[in-house]
Amino acid sequence: MNNFFFRINDLHAEVEGKKILKGVNLDLPKGEVHAIMGPNGSGKSTLAQVIAGRESYEVTEGEILLEGENILELSPEERAYKGLFLAFQYPVEIPGVSTLYFLKTALNSIRKANGLDEVDTYEFMALAREKVKEVGLDEDFLKRPVNWGFSGGEKKRAEIFQLLILQPKLAILDETDSGLDIDALRIVAKAVESMRSKERSFLVITHYQRILNYIKPDRVHVMVDGVIAKSGGFDLALELEEKGYGWIEKELTFAGGRDL
Amino acid sequence: MAQEVHNDIEQLVKKEYTAGFYTNVEQEVFPPGINEDIIARLSAKKGEPEWMLNWRLKAFRIWQKMKEPHWANVHYDPIDYEAISYYAAPKKRPKSLDEVDPEILRTYERLGIPLHEWEKLAGVAVDAVFDSVSVATTFQKQLEKMGIIFCSISEAIQNYPELVKKYLGTVVPPNDNFFAALNSAVFSDGSFVYVPKGVKCPMELSTYFRINARGTGQFERTLIIAEEDAYVSYLEGCTAPMRDENQLHAAVVELIALDGATIRYSTVQNWYPGDKEGKGGIYNFVTKRGLCAGENSKISWTQVETGSAITWKYPSCILKGDNSVGEFYSVAVTNNFQQADTGTKMIHVGRNTRSTIISKGIAAGKSQNTYRGLVKIMRNAEYARNFSQCDSMLIGNECGAHTFPYIEIHNPTAQMEHEATTSKIGEDQIFYCNTRGLDTEEAVALIVNGFCKEVLQKLPMEFAVEAQKLLEISLEGSVG
Repeated sequence: MNNFFFRINDLHAEVEGKKILKGVNLDLPKGEVHAIMGPNGSGKSTLAQVIAGRESYEVTEGEILLEGENILELSPEERAYKGLFLAFQYPVEIPGVSTLYFLKTALNSIRKANGLDEVDTYEFMALAREKVKEVGLDEDFLKRPVNWGFSGGEKKRAEIFQLLILQPKLAILDETDSGLDIDALRIVAKAVESMRSKERSFLVITHYQRILNYIKPDRVHVMVDGVIAKSGGFDLALELEEKGYGWIEKELTFAGGRDL
Repeated sequence: MAQEVHNDIEQLVKKEYTAGFYTNVEQEVFPPGINEDIIARLSAKKGEPEWMLNWRLKAFRIWQKMKEPHWANVHYDPIDYEAISYYAAPKKRPKSLDEVDPEILRTYERLGIPLHEWEKLAGVAVDAVFDSVSVATTFQKQLEKMGIIFCSISEAIQNYPELVKKYLGTVVPPNDNFFAALNSAVFSDGSFVYVPKGVKCPMELSTYFRINARGTGQFERTLIIAEEDAYVSYLEGCTAPMRDENQLHAAVVELIALDGATIRYSTVQNWYPGDKEGKGGIYNFVTKRGLCAGENSKISWTQVETGSAITWKYPSCILKGDNSVGEFYSVAVTNNFQQADTGTKMIHVGRNTRSTIISKGIAAGKSQNTYRGLVKIMRNAEYARNFSQCDSMLIGNECGAHTFPYIEIHNPTAQMEHEATTSKIGEDQIFYCNTRGLDTEEAVALIVNGFCKEVLQKLPMEFAVEAQKLLEISLEGSVG
C-alpha cells in the first residue's frame, strides 16, 4: 500500500509543551526536489529536526514514512543508516576532532550498518580530497576540527561537503543558503545539483526564493503556523518572493478559520 | 530538554570495569597492622641491609607523629591503618620469566600485556609489579650492555646500594607528607631506573602495577635517575581487581635529571574506581616529584587518570637547574562517585626555567573532579615562565568540576599565563554526531577524545591507543 518514498502524515510535534507542528502532510517521491518555504517561526526547522530524530522535540501524533517504514521509532543514527541526512542550519562545533576523522567514522558507521566494507584511511583521503574541492574549500580544511572556528559560510559548505561524502538517499537542507554570499551560494547549489539523481530526493528548507534559482525544485510547499498551507510548482516560489507570506496566512484564516 | 540530557547522562553512568578479575595464586600475606616488628619482618623478608631497615624505621617514627591530610577536595571514611596488611607476595619467587607462575602471566595477558609477547615483539621492557614483589623484568640484559639499570627497587637495594643510598628520599623525603612517610616505612617494591651519562635509552621502559590480594595496600617506590645528557621515557600502567572494600595505594615516585638530561614519565591509571553506588575502589594517594637538578634538564609528566575511587596526586617538578623545563599534561576522568583532586606543582628555582601545565578534567555521573596546581617562582628564578591551561568538561548535571590554581611569585621578571575553561557536552553535539551515524557512546568518546587531544598526543604511541580505549570504557553508558 505504500510505494511512496518519503511521506509525512498528520505530524504534530511540540517543544517544552509548546505546539509547533500542527498536522504536517507531505509527499516527496524518489528523485524529486521539494522546497519548503515559510516565514520565520512557522516550524520549518522544527520539521527538519523532527525528521532527523531530535529527542527534545516530542511527536504527539502522526508518522514519518521512509520507504514505507515509520522512522519515528528509530534513533537518529538508525535514520542515518537508512539514508537520511540533515544539513544543519547551525552546524555544531566539535573541538579537537578533525573533520577528516569525523567523516571517516561517520561514513564507516553507515557502511557497516548496511553490511558494506569499511573504507580505509587511504581510500577515504582520496575521496575527501576530491569532494572538498567541489565545495570550494582547501585541503587543509580536512585537518581542522569539525566546524571549529569556521566562518558561517565555511560551516555551510562543510555541511554540503559531508553530504557529498555520505551520499544519502534523502537530504534535508535546513536554510543552507542563509549566510552565504552569492558566489558561495552558487558553489553550494552546483554541488547539490551534481548529487541530483533518480535515486535521491531533497527537501530544501529556505526562507528565500534565491537558492531555488540554482536548485530548481519540482514542488514548493509553504509552511505557515505548523502546517503546509499551500503547495505548487516553482511559480509559487516566485509569487512568494513578490508578494511575501502575508496573503497565504490570510488565505489560511479564511479557509480553515484557524486561529493564527 | 535539560531533562532529556539528564536522563542520557544517568545511563552513561553504567560503566563496567574490565580489568576487575582476581588471580588465584598462592600468596604470602602479613597479618594486618603496622608496627616496628612488621617493618622489620618486611625488611628481613626482602633480605635488606641494615641501613635500609633503619631508613624505614626512621620514616615510620616520623609517620607516627604525622596527621593524615584533609585539605583536598575529597571525602571518605577514616582509613584504619591497622586493618591493612602491608605485605603480599606470590609464594614462588621466579628467577626468570620462564619461572613466572602461568596464572600471573595469564593475568597480564587479560590486561593486554603478554610479557612473552612484549619481550619478543614489542620492544618494550616491562618490570611488572604484582602486588608487592616485582615478578619479572624483561630486557634487563640488553639494557645492561648500555649501562642502563632497569630493575625492581628491591634488587637495586641489593645490587646498587650506593646509588639507592645517594638518591632515595632526596626528592621526596620521608617527612614530606603523611603518605610519603608511610610509603617510606613500608614500601614493598617498585622500579629502579638508572641511565648513565650520555646514554639515550632506546626503548620505552614500562611497569605494570596491579593490586591483587584482598586487604593489602600497595606501596610502590620508584626511583629514576638520568645522568648528564641521558634520556629515558618511562610508562606506568595500573589496574586492580574489583573489591567491595576500599584499598589503599600510596606510592612515591622520585625522578632526578642531571645536566641536559630528559625524563618523560607517562601514567595510565586504571585502578578499580568502585561500583555505581560508590562502593569499593582504590584510594590512590600518591606523591610524585621530579627534580631538574642540572642545567638544561627536562622532566615531563603525562598522566591519564580514569580509575580509583579517590585520587590525590600532584606530579611536580622542582626546576633547580638553570634553563630547566618542567611539563605536566593531564587527563583526569571521573564517573559515578569517583573523586579526583589532582594537579601539579612547578617550583621555579633556577634562572630561565620554563614550565607548561595542560590539564583536562572530565566529570560525569555524581563525581567530583578538582584541578589543584601551584606555580611558584622563587626569588632567584630570573625570567621564569609558566603557561597553564586548565579545561574542565562536565557530562550531566550531577557532577562537579573545580579549579584551584595557586600562583606565588617572588621575582618580578616572571611571565605567567593562565587559561581556564569549563564546558559541557551539549545535547546538540551528541545529536549532531547521531545524525551522522554515530551512536551516543561513540559520540561521547569522540567528543571527549577531541577535548583531551593535546594531552593524548603527548603519550607514547602504544599508550595513546590504550588511553583512548580507556576513556571510552570509563565513560561507557554515561549518556544513553
